[in-house]
Amino acid sequence: MAASAESLAIAKTDEQRARRDGFADRTFRRIVASAGIFVLITLAGVALTTLWGGREAFATFGFKFLVSSEWDTVGKQFGALAPVYGTLVTAAIALLIAVPISFGIALYLTEIAPNWLRTPVGSAIELLAGIPSIIYGMWGLFVFVPIMGRYVIPWLNDHVGNWPIIGALFRGPPLGLGMLTAGIVLAIMVIPFISSVMREVFLTVPTRLKESAYALGSTTWEVAWDIVLPYTRTAVIGGVFLGLGRALGETMAVTFVLGNVHRLSLSLLEPGNSIAATIANEFAEADSEIFRSSLIALAFLLFVVTFIVLAIAKLMLRQMEKREGKA
Amino acid sequence: MTNPNIPLATTSSVTLVTPPPGADAKTGATAAPPKMSAQGLDFYYDKYHALKNVSLDIAERKVTALIGPSGCGKSTLLRIFNRIYSIYPRLEAKGKVLLDGDNILDPKYPLNRLRSKVGMVFQKPVPFPMSIYDNVAYAIRHYEKLSKADMDVRVEEALRQGALWDEVKAKLNQSALGLSGGQQQRLCIARAVALKPEVILLDEPTSALDPIATGKIEQLVEELKERYTIAIVTHNMQQASRVSDYTAFMYLGELIEFGDTTTIFENPTKKMTEDYITGRYG
Repeated sequence: MAASAESLAIAKTDEQRARRDGFADRTFRRIVASAGIFVLITLAGVALTTLWGGREAFATFGFKFLVSSEWDTVGKQFGALAPVYGTLVTAAIALLIAVPISFGIALYLTEIAPNWLRTPVGSAIELLAGIPSIIYGMWGLFVFVPIMGRYVIPWLNDHVGNWPIIGALFRGPPLGLGMLTAGIVLAIMVIPFISSVMREVFLTVPTRLKESAYALGSTTWEVAWDIVLPYTRTAVIGGVFLGLGRALGETMAVTFVLGNVHRLSLSLLEPGNSIAATIANEFAEADSEIFRSSLIALAFLLFVVTFIVLAIAKLMLRQMEKREGKA
Repeated sequence: MTNPNIPLATTSSVTLVTPPPGADAKTGATAAPPKMSAQGLDFYYDKYHALKNVSLDIAERKVTALIGPSGCGKSTLLRIFNRIYSIYPRLEAKGKVLLDGDNILDPKYPLNRLRSKVGMVFQKPVPFPMSIYDNVAYAIRHYEKLSKADMDVRVEEALRQGALWDEVKAKLNQSALGLSGGQQQRLCIARAVALKPEVILLDEPTSALDPIATGKIEQLVEELKERYTIAIVTHNMQQASRVSDYTAFMYLGELIEFGDTTTIFENPTKKMTEDYITGRYG
């Protein structure tokens, strides 16, 4: 009798416990789910708000808003082509410079550097990532722009400017300001992001994989290019696009060194504009409804550009995997 | 761990139960000189003295097994034979390791040539993140420029030698990561033989595999020794007795006993060797 009463009591507490656990677990799941959904809501919120804010510009100029580079604040004619072009070109220059350098940094830190140097340089990279962009902007304007104007641009004009085809990219006035300068400053800003992601994923490559490649007679370069990079490809591309996202949206530093001129020009040495820089420069002066709406429409375009670039990246990645028969 | 009853052998007291290959030369026999030969080899992990004055001959087209408890230095010794240790800083080998009479520890000995002559297969299967075909072709491309047709022939030949061809011939372009563990390990062996090496080093090649896959690898080793000189590190005593012709027993960085496998397993001279083989410690 006593035994059955006891087991009954145990059964009862078990049941209570199960009910309490069930409730706690459900609550926990809901909290976590809402944290996840927060991402989607924010994204949709930003997209819809900018689309709504820019509706007047889209309605007034229609498709012309995308293909016109006119930016007449007095005549109230606005087109997004120049800032979109500037955004893409500066980001492309930045990645062209930053990706190889980051690869070198990450490779050096994971494969070649002596142990005592790895941690300090790793921390230094993180410190670089923490420097506010206004500092880069000031450095760019006061230090880097004069150097570009005095030495680099005249040199480029003399030596590269007369090359066929690509020469046109490097002919221009020695202002110092311009898309090349902005691209280089951006590159310096995104290197910490890309290289710290690369460094972390390079560390995940199993030692035995690298040893096997060395055992076949591979050089350090071959191990890096043929083994480390393919093994970490997805994460590396993720890191590159983290940097690209930052380069596309970077505001302050670019505003300082880009020149803020609404003009399309082939030369990278000419001043230009970017979406974020245009908004930062002109929002305070937007005195008409259509002006303000055009700026918000630009913000929406930045959103679309970023989305398209990321989508292309995902597509590329899938193609690569398909080619290797993994999909 | 050390049994007090067992006197720690010093290297000078290494007993050669049977004359090792190469030693025959002194007696005027016609035996071939050893393919590889470690002579007075010391190895240091920074300050830690991991190998102490080890001398050992690896006979041509035979299987030499290195056995001993964990940390005895058998893998370290194997990793000197292709200088793979040299990718890490602060590791140092002193002494001589001869390959066909040339000292491979001499910094002037080209690493590229060494790695093409001495292949290595590791403990865990390590397919590269590429297709099965490319895993094998990758190795070959390091040394030879071949036409697509010639490459196809070489890859097939290597995969056949790795006893893998029939299982993968229909899916050469699929990722090697999709193979089973045993298949991956045979792929690694195929990759090593694709370079037409002279020596193959196997570092516990079956320790991550199930018994059936292990059996296949052992059978493969049996076939491979007709063409290649093989040195194998193993924790598995039965494996050593099954596949090897010569066995070296190591303990705490020293070579305790070395001789032909039958003698080492059935009639060892040292009590330590006997204790280890019969499973009394280690």
